[in-house]
Amino acid sequence: MIEKKLNKLEKLINAELSSKISNSIISFEELLLQTSVNNIIDVIKFLKLDDKFKFKQLIDIAAIDYPNEEKRFELVYLLLSIENNLRVKISIKFETNEKIPSIVKIFPSANWMEREIFDMYGIKFINHPDLRRILTDYNFKGHPLRKDFPLTGFNEVRYSEKEKKVIYEPVKLEQNYRNFDFSSPWEGTNYLKEVKESEKNEKN
Amino acid sequence: MKKTKSMTLNFGPQHPAAHGVLRLILELEGEIVEKADPHIGLLHRGTEKLIENKTYTQALPYFDRLDYVAPMNQEHAFALATEKLLKIEVPVRAKYIRVIFCEIGRILSHILNVTTQALDVGALTPSLWGFEERETLMTFYERASGSRLHANYFRTGGVHKDLPTKLIEDVGKFCETFPKIIDDLEDLLTENRIFKQRNVDIGLVSKKDALDHSFTGVMLRGSGIPWDLRKSQPYECYQDLSFKIPVGKNGDCYDRYLCRIEEMRESIKIIKQCIKNLPKGPVKTVDGKISPPNRDDLKQSMEALIHHFKLFTEGFRVPAGNVYSAVEAPKGEFGVYLISDGSNRPYRCKIRAPGFSHLQAMDFLIKGHMLADVPAVLGSLDIVFGEVDR
Repeated sequence: MIEKKLNKLEKLINAELSSKISNSIISFEELLLQTSVNNIIDVIKFLKLDDKFKFKQLIDIAAIDYPNEEKRFELVYLLLSIENNLRVKISIKFETNEKIPSIVKIFPSANWMEREIFDMYGIKFINHPDLRRILTDYNFKGHPLRKDFPLTGFNEVRYSEKEKKVIYEPVKLEQNYRNFDFSSPWEGTNYLKEVKESEKNEKN
Repeated sequence: MKKTKSMTLNFGPQHPAAHGVLRLILELEGEIVEKADPHIGLLHRGTEKLIENKTYTQALPYFDRLDYVAPMNQEHAFALATEKLLKIEVPVRAKYIRVIFCEIGRILSHILNVTTQALDVGALTPSLWGFEERETLMTFYERASGSRLHANYFRTGGVHKDLPTKLIEDVGKFCETFPKIIDDLEDLLTENRIFKQRNVDIGLVSKKDALDHSFTGVMLRGSGIPWDLRKSQPYECYQDLSFKIPVGKNGDCYDRYLCRIEEMRESIKIIKQCIKNLPKGPVKTVDGKISPPNRDDLKQSMEALIHHFKLFTEGFRVPAGNVYSAVEAPKGEFGVYLISDGSNRPYRCKIRAPGFSHLQAMDFLIKGHMLADVPAVLGSLDIVFGEVDR
């Protein structure tokens, strides 16, 4: 049922926006469209305003960091169409210093979402009305959700009895943070089912 | 003397009507609010970062700490996302138990919201009456999971333990007595002159604005859009249950209050149906690679012992992929966008908290209102800082 609806939607979107969508994938009963930084505004605007799609609600924007890839960051826009009861994900990938056009003019609620992404990843948005940090402390430095930011952070805060105020100090841990790798260094047992399947894959 | 035109007022971060640690910078023109700039993040704990460093089982308890007045609804979204990636089916009994506790969570959250909203506009009694009921509901949480608030009861593939029979009976009894309490609360508030004066036509949201500002849940339904994920994109066993979706008319604080009251009644109906139809069977998936073996098997079976060891050290691995799954939490659409790289830890877990977009609209909602309306609007937004700040 939902599969059929998604297939239809995929075809429709590809027909209307063929030049702007580079790839579309349906997995786990969800449709993901890949586009580029230059086209993102057009794609979102079209999906919001066109009568066939009516993706009138921006659910969220998620940023993902892939430090080893050339295009380091990915943004995924999650849209919802209440009229058609459908969801769509739109993804763009780009390099570290690229600036992304803001969609605040299309969806006012993107304001804080983009601020959060700026705060957490340091991604800058063009034409954003108020690009300040939002979740981290005043005067915070760094972008905590980047993969190269340590889990413990750099500074810690405490109340100093001596100075009678809250002070910032570099993190000092009694025991260093340990990242255990529990995955087995040995190959596990190949169960009969898996062996058969891998053979099947090889033949194909 | 120099005449000053507007005044800037700092509201919070420690203010009883701020429902937590909200700092609002208000620009006032006399008593009229010109601009509101919420400063959030005072309760930011880096949940998403922490989850990236934990196994899937270890990540679940963090969801209790988001919206801490309805913990299990949050866990539900994460459990659903992981199950979607793993492509596993949850046993029917587990589905029903999950729904029972999600609806209990909804009542918990709505009682808190309705009564504190009343408290913000000057009515003390509702909170005293309502909190007694919350205490009863939290004992249900405790009897099922062992703790009143941070339940950590849902698991990937089901729930942790089966419910004691006595507990199911007691929940059933509660469903009989609770509607009377809702009636009492309504007697105090619904036609109360002061309550109406403070709430009717305050914080108006039109249909278009509600959509543009990403409102979900009661904020959307209060404006007259009949949208509830339990009906429109049913998960678990909601498609088998009969319940109604209350919808508001005017989109003001008062309508949102009425919606919440009605939703509590509907939740009671859902719980009753679930108790009546609660099937027998396992409460978590029987796949030993995902759910841990029970204690007895551990002493007898070597395989169970190995599974137990692997599950509590390495955890289970989740196939690579990305999914978004959402539930209708009491406050709106609570979603988890989960990306797995095939290892035992989530690569990225973006949490979509409804309160975040609701609070964002504060400036838009409060512009032109009086200073005294700030707590009323804030109350009806149903903000809990655990989920806004994450």
